[in-house]
Amino acid sequence: MVGFVIRRILWLIPVLFVVSLITFTLMHAVPGGPWDREKPLNPGTVLRLNEIYGLDKPIWQQYINWFGGMLQLDFGPSYQYRNRGVNDILSDGWPITVQLGVMTFIVAVGIGIPLGIFAALGHNRWPDYVATTISMVGIATPSFVLAILLIVIFSVGLNWFPARGWKGPNTWVLPVIALAGYQIAQIARYTRASMLEVTRKDYVRTAHSKGVRNSAVVVRHMIRNALIPVVTILGPILAFLVTGSFIIENFFGIPGIGRLYIVAIGGRDYSMIMATTVIYAFAVAFLNFIVDILYAYIDPRIRYS
Amino acid sequence: MATQTQSLPGVAITARRSEGVWRDAFGRLRKNKLALLGALGVFLLLFAGIFGPLLAPWPYQVQDLAAVVANNNLPLAPFQNPSHILGTDSLGRDILSRLLDGAQVSMTVAFVVQLVVLFIGVPLGAIAGWFGGRIDTYLMRITDIFYAFPDLLFIILLSVAFRETAFGRALNGVLLVFVAIGLTSWVTVARLIRGQLLSLKETEFVEAARAIGVSDRNIVVKHLLPNAIGPVIVAVTLGIPTAILAEATLAYIGIGVQPPRASWGTLIADGQPYIRSYPWLTVLPGIMIATALMSFTFLGDGLRDALDPKLKGKQ
Amino acid sequence: MEEAVSLELTPDEAARITREQRETKAAKSKNLLEVRNLSTHFFTPDGVVRAVDDVSFELGYGETLGLVGESGCGKSVTALSLTRLVPNPPGRIVAGSVVFDGVDLLKLSEDGMRKLRGKEIGFIFQDPLTSLNPTLTIGYQIAEAIRQHMGLSKKASFDRVVELLAKVGIPRARDRLNDYPHQFSGGMRQRVMIAIALSCDPKLILADEPTTALDVTIQAQILELISVLSDEFGTAVLLITHDLGIAAGMCDRVNVMYAGRIVETGSVDVIFERPRMPYAWGLLDSLPRLDDVRGDRLRTIEGLPPLLINVPDACRFNPRCNFARDACRDHEPELTAREEPGHFARCWATDKGGWIP
Repeated sequence: MVGFVIRRILWLIPVLFVVSLITFTLMHAVPGGPWDREKPLNPGTVLRLNEIYGLDKPIWQQYINWFGGMLQLDFGPSYQYRNRGVNDILSDGWPITVQLGVMTFIVAVGIGIPLGIFAALGHNRWPDYVATTISMVGIATPSFVLAILLIVIFSVGLNWFPARGWKGPNTWVLPVIALAGYQIAQIARYTRASMLEVTRKDYVRTAHSKGVRNSAVVVRHMIRNALIPVVTILGPILAFLVTGSFIIENFFGIPGIGRLYIVAIGGRDYSMIMATTVIYAFAVAFLNFIVDILYAYIDPRIRYS
Repeated sequence: MATQTQSLPGVAITARRSEGVWRDAFGRLRKNKLALLGALGVFLLLFAGIFGPLLAPWPYQVQDLAAVVANNNLPLAPFQNPSHILGTDSLGRDILSRLLDGAQVSMTVAFVVQLVVLFIGVPLGAIAGWFGGRIDTYLMRITDIFYAFPDLLFIILLSVAFRETAFGRALNGVLLVFVAIGLTSWVTVARLIRGQLLSLKETEFVEAARAIGVSDRNIVVKHLLPNAIGPVIVAVTLGIPTAILAEATLAYIGIGVQPPRASWGTLIADGQPYIRSYPWLTVLPGIMIATALMSFTFLGDGLRDALDPKLKGKQ
Repeated sequence: MEEAVSLELTPDEAARITREQRETKAAKSKNLLEVRNLSTHFFTPDGVVRAVDDVSFELGYGETLGLVGESGCGKSVTALSLTRLVPNPPGRIVAGSVVFDGVDLLKLSEDGMRKLRGKEIGFIFQDPLTSLNPTLTIGYQIAEAIRQHMGLSKKASFDRVVELLAKVGIPRARDRLNDYPHQFSGGMRQRVMIAIALSCDPKLILADEPTTALDVTIQAQILELISVLSDEFGTAVLLITHDLGIAAGMCDRVNVMYAGRIVETGSVDVIFERPRMPYAWGLLDSLPRLDDVRGDRLRTIEGLPPLLINVPDACRFNPRCNFARDACRDHEPELTAREEPGHFARCWATDKGGWIP
């Protein structure tokens, strides 16, 4: 098991490398420089700026400098906000985004898995139909559509929750639901399908033949095995969560990294874009790593491969 | 798969003739109400996408300023003005027409992207699967790299990087969207094809075909690929919602399809500031997106259940 | 019901006492199991499949009874029906009685039935790989029934598991308690299944094709193990198999099943030496023999078993029977007695007044 964990940790290093390389390359493939505005600047000014920001050095050296800085969590200066560094700007938004992500994940798993189990146990009866309908709708409704609906109904219409901001539990409800909706639906669908498959497995029959109580069969034998395939999709779901969060942040005016990301895209703040991209990509890779470990914990067969 | 008959005297028990994979699948599909609903939705959307802009009451970019001014400089609500059945936005552009234009954009993106996926993914997957060995390993390494980078981030990065170029500006940015989304989607199909070929190429009927002198290329094209088609169809159909969503997201952020073309994503972004006062500006395009996603997802699920009932989660 | 055996005895003493109790009961010629008119049907969209149709038989204490037949004849469903493990939907026991140690199992509540499963009746399934939970240790899975039914402490139950593992021939048992099923070979896994079946010292073991999924060399070991253990504990065994050789080696009596019905029953000697039903002849004849001429075709019974939907009132074997006559197509024969005591067959031809002497 320990060997497994170590191997997985080692995988993260090449991933970080590849991600940063690709990001860096693409950002520097952009024609024109970071200084292009509506009104072209004085060429002399451009030269000076390039000197200050180290953009006159050869590309490979820029990359090394940047990569080195990144490892120390120094992402360089922002091209948009001239007197602030990227880290500085990000550090404000960082905890908020993490908070949104963690809450959404807990809600998604905490509702999705029980919903799927509930549907499977009440197969072909009303729990199944209700849960399946919720799933179907959830899957087809992307986060920003759900966000619109939630705002229009619960904020504009009923005025139960505010539509913007991030202060206090009141403001958490709509964004978390909007972001979690799709994940709940996917997780519930997979859990249900997996439980139904497990019901037909031989070892469930063996458990019954031993005279084990039905509730114990469900919990000990069925749920644990059913969750194995579900854990495998947690990876892509987490990725979706991370990359979808910036849309929700923008929609609800939540001051996290995501909003900064979108603003940076519009404002051509390339160092910010690079920084946020690498952070997001690495977060996904790291979360996938956690999922892999979880998977090995649940399924003993994986540990020995 | 023909079932055998054993008739006891006095009772004729007829066996069911096997009808071929496609007829069986089609029969199953027809019985699946949800899938049929999805197919209907897909049909309507395609119709809207192809003929919509032709039938639309207004060209999508025209601003009917007169109507807006007459309405106290406010966007028109739906059913308020007969010549703008679904209302207008703040610049006087007809919503219905822009929705239809958005349909065209979405449908085009969806299908062109899948074409790109097929053109890149199928050959690459076939090569990897057929030749196996080192070529396969190299290809798998490359796809692993693509896997490490979250799709959406990559698409955004590409779009941001190239949107100022001539290539990025072609067709109001639509071409860039095709390429960006296509480049991240081909991996799934390639892996599918590769997997199918890897397992099928060891089977006996391939040996038999070789024995009678069929060329490798013909074996792959005429025998193996048709067998692999089933899962590919499903993957392509289920890949369309992802593409539509990616396109809408890009447009929403502002780096996808450029104005004045109307993608549903841009409509939502345009309408967002007015969500309290003029909710229809965002709700209507939202409904369109949801409908498109639902239709293709139901249809894709139905196709998957029809082509391989074993995968179904029900008894 | 038996008196509970005190836990202060050593395991061997306990086994001896249990066996003696069972032998006494056997001597009083009470049957452990009496199945009467058992019918289990499957309700499918294509019709009602009568998988087990009016089946009756007895099983004595400590006896080994074989249930022999080809695939699809209903033998597995019969075993599942005895413990009410038939998947419902689409299957259901529609008629009959299953009297086990004086109690009709089909009339018990579900909870009452559950208390008997694993404790009084053990099950050995065909495929040990899929029949064991891959995410639980084998120690846990063997102990599960013990802790459910015998109320032992955790330590005491694991001690018993170690004993059982030793009994079924798994070396270094205590070390292997925390291993998972995939770490064992096929033969070892089946030994684990046997340990599970025996864990609470049941009166009856249902063994559904216990060796079919195993290598031939391992088969003999497993069968030997079942035989030895059932003798030692005085456990009755219902052995289901399609392999005549296995039945011949293991069973005291044999029931031959075909198309959901019992078509012949008798002691193992009688069935193999003097069968009185063309199906049984065909089965025995189809066994390859060492003195067969090489190059000759294998002998088979032509045709296939019937679909069990809309079965008419006729002998179910008659389309494939070389001796069939009109009587066979008009009316299904009953199980009637033959020469030797306890030997019954379902065939017009070999019955009194039939055309085969």
